[in-house]
Amino acid sequence: MNKYKLLNFSKRLGLFLLVIFTVVSLVTILIELVPGDPAIARLGDQATPEQIQAFRKRHNLDKPGFFFSYGSEEGFAWHGAENRYVDYWQGVLQGDLGISYDTDRPVVDMIIERYPATIKLALAALLVAISISIPLGVLAGTNKNSLIDNFASFFALMGICLPGFVIGPLLVYVFAVKLQIFSPTGSYYPEDIVLPAITLGAALSAILTRMVRSSVIEELGEDYVRTARAKGLSERVVVYKHVLKNGLIPVVTILGLQLGVLLAGAIITEKIFNWRGIGTLLLDGINTRDHRLVQGVVLVISVTYILANSFTDMVYRWLDPRIRLN
Amino acid sequence: MNRLTYIGIFLATVFILTAIFAPLISPYDPVRRFEVTNAAGVTKDLKNEPPSSKHWFGTDSLGRDVFSRIVHGARVSLFVGITVVTISGIIGMIIGAIAGFYGGWWDKFLAGYVFNVFLAFPGLLLAIAIVAFLSATNPSPGDRIRHLIIAMCITGWVGYARVMRGQVLKIREYDFVQAARALGASNLRQLFIHIMPNAIQPLIVQASLAMAGAVLAEASLSFLGLGIPPPNPSWGTMIDSARGIDTMTNALHNLLFPGIALALTVLAFNFIGDGLREYLDPKQRKR
Repeated sequence: MNKYKLLNFSKRLGLFLLVIFTVVSLVTILIELVPGDPAIARLGDQATPEQIQAFRKRHNLDKPGFFFSYGSEEGFAWHGAENRYVDYWQGVLQGDLGISYDTDRPVVDMIIERYPATIKLALAALLVAISISIPLGVLAGTNKNSLIDNFASFFALMGICLPGFVIGPLLVYVFAVKLQIFSPTGSYYPEDIVLPAITLGAALSAILTRMVRSSVIEELGEDYVRTARAKGLSERVVVYKHVLKNGLIPVVTILGLQLGVLLAGAIITEKIFNWRGIGTLLLDGINTRDHRLVQGVVLVISVTYILANSFTDMVYRWLDPRIRLN
Repeated sequence: MNRLTYIGIFLATVFILTAIFAPLISPYDPVRRFEVTNAAGVTKDLKNEPPSSKHWFGTDSLGRDVFSRIVHGARVSLFVGITVVTISGIIGMIIGAIAGFYGGWWDKFLAGYVFNVFLAFPGLLLAIAIVAFLSATNPSPGDRIRHLIIAMCITGWVGYARVMRGQVLKIREYDFVQAARALGASNLRQLFIHIMPNAIQPLIVQASLAMAGAVLAEASLSFLGLGIPPPNPSWGTMIDSARGIDTMTNALHNLLFPGIALALTVLAFNFIGDGLREYLDPKQRKR
């Protein structure tokens, strides 16, 4: 590694750490958005003062929220390091996201139970998207304005404008109610992943099909394609070995960026299919006003998203030396 | 502009007019529950009635007119969409312009740090969290809408800011801006009179695509139970309540009609955005 590369790398690492720090801080402070007293928001108006006091003590809510506070009546007040923000950070660094308001269990345990199911669903959706979009996009791009191209455009359009919560129930209706191939909801059998994965992957495969298509069309106009053809290479080799290799570079970026969209979309898909991942955990947390749990899930999804993006960025640079050396 | 753009403009106009004149267009009150009396004299809700001349899109599982609910749902969708696009557009433009025009530490801080932080969150997730926390204590429907709008603006402005920054960086070096500067125009005058009017075009494209995104986001949040509370009509909530296996088998129209309304709205604004982009950027026209 030369000096320039090292500088570049440390700069990007610095930014990465700064973004992680800010995102975690924001999520930490986000819970302060809950109007009024979180204890009352959770326990309701009928709670006795003793109950509220006990709840506050148990969940560390009896300390000030941040280093300082500002109220229109109290004015500016400095609280020092004994506050919830510092406590939460200390917990995060030790892998402790607090105790669930509702179940009284550590939030980390609840998330670890559900996390693999969501990752499995997101990866399956990614697989669905890739295996639809690359062949369809290549076919559409190499046969511009043909029947297959028009079909691909139509498919992409449907995927973009029909949200998962319309596609999902329709898939349930056709494949679970009418044809009875799959069970409508749940995550017990291995084949239960098929419908959720298609639902979640539909929008992504639409976007990717468009990208692959325009990318292939662009690359086909490049000089190296003419050279490859002049060498007498078969069209097959030209398309799949030369064009696709270069044409997939922008697709990789979109893939990485879309992983976060998949994670967020998983919340909706999990609700449709009653899939036991962190999406349904988040919704449970919202419904039971378990703000500590919501906070933890948002934190975990955000950090996963940032890691996925940084990883994509690395792959992207590795794939395309023009960016690496810039 | 191609044909699809005109289709988009037509559809968007229809939906916007529907939203404005919702009380005149909808045949019934969207929350009215229709009843039917059978031969034995027992009165029941007119549940899951298929489309007929009386109820164009049928009735839902509580006996309410689906067409009226969709028409009133358009109000919620488009009101939230337009408000979010306007507010986040203005905020994003100003912040992006500051980053691009002043450069230096402003740019390093805004574009290098703040933009990256906001792009680091999946937008929908942040919106879900903000709405969930703000609405923790049973707010009124009006408050709910306000919370939705706040959450979507917080996640939405950064898209405009990025586009605006890029535009301003480019335009501030143009000769006419240099000339204005040489003539002694103040920074604000350069920015607002000379640069911003010339930077606006790509932002219109961004706004149109963001409108599609905002309508979709509102429906998603409503679907998750974070939109305006029932019985108020919203497309996302209607889809959510129509996806039970029983309802789907007996009355699929409950799912289909709001789904189609949502899809057409999203489609319309996507068409407009794509068409405008092509129109404004001649390099893309050939493809």
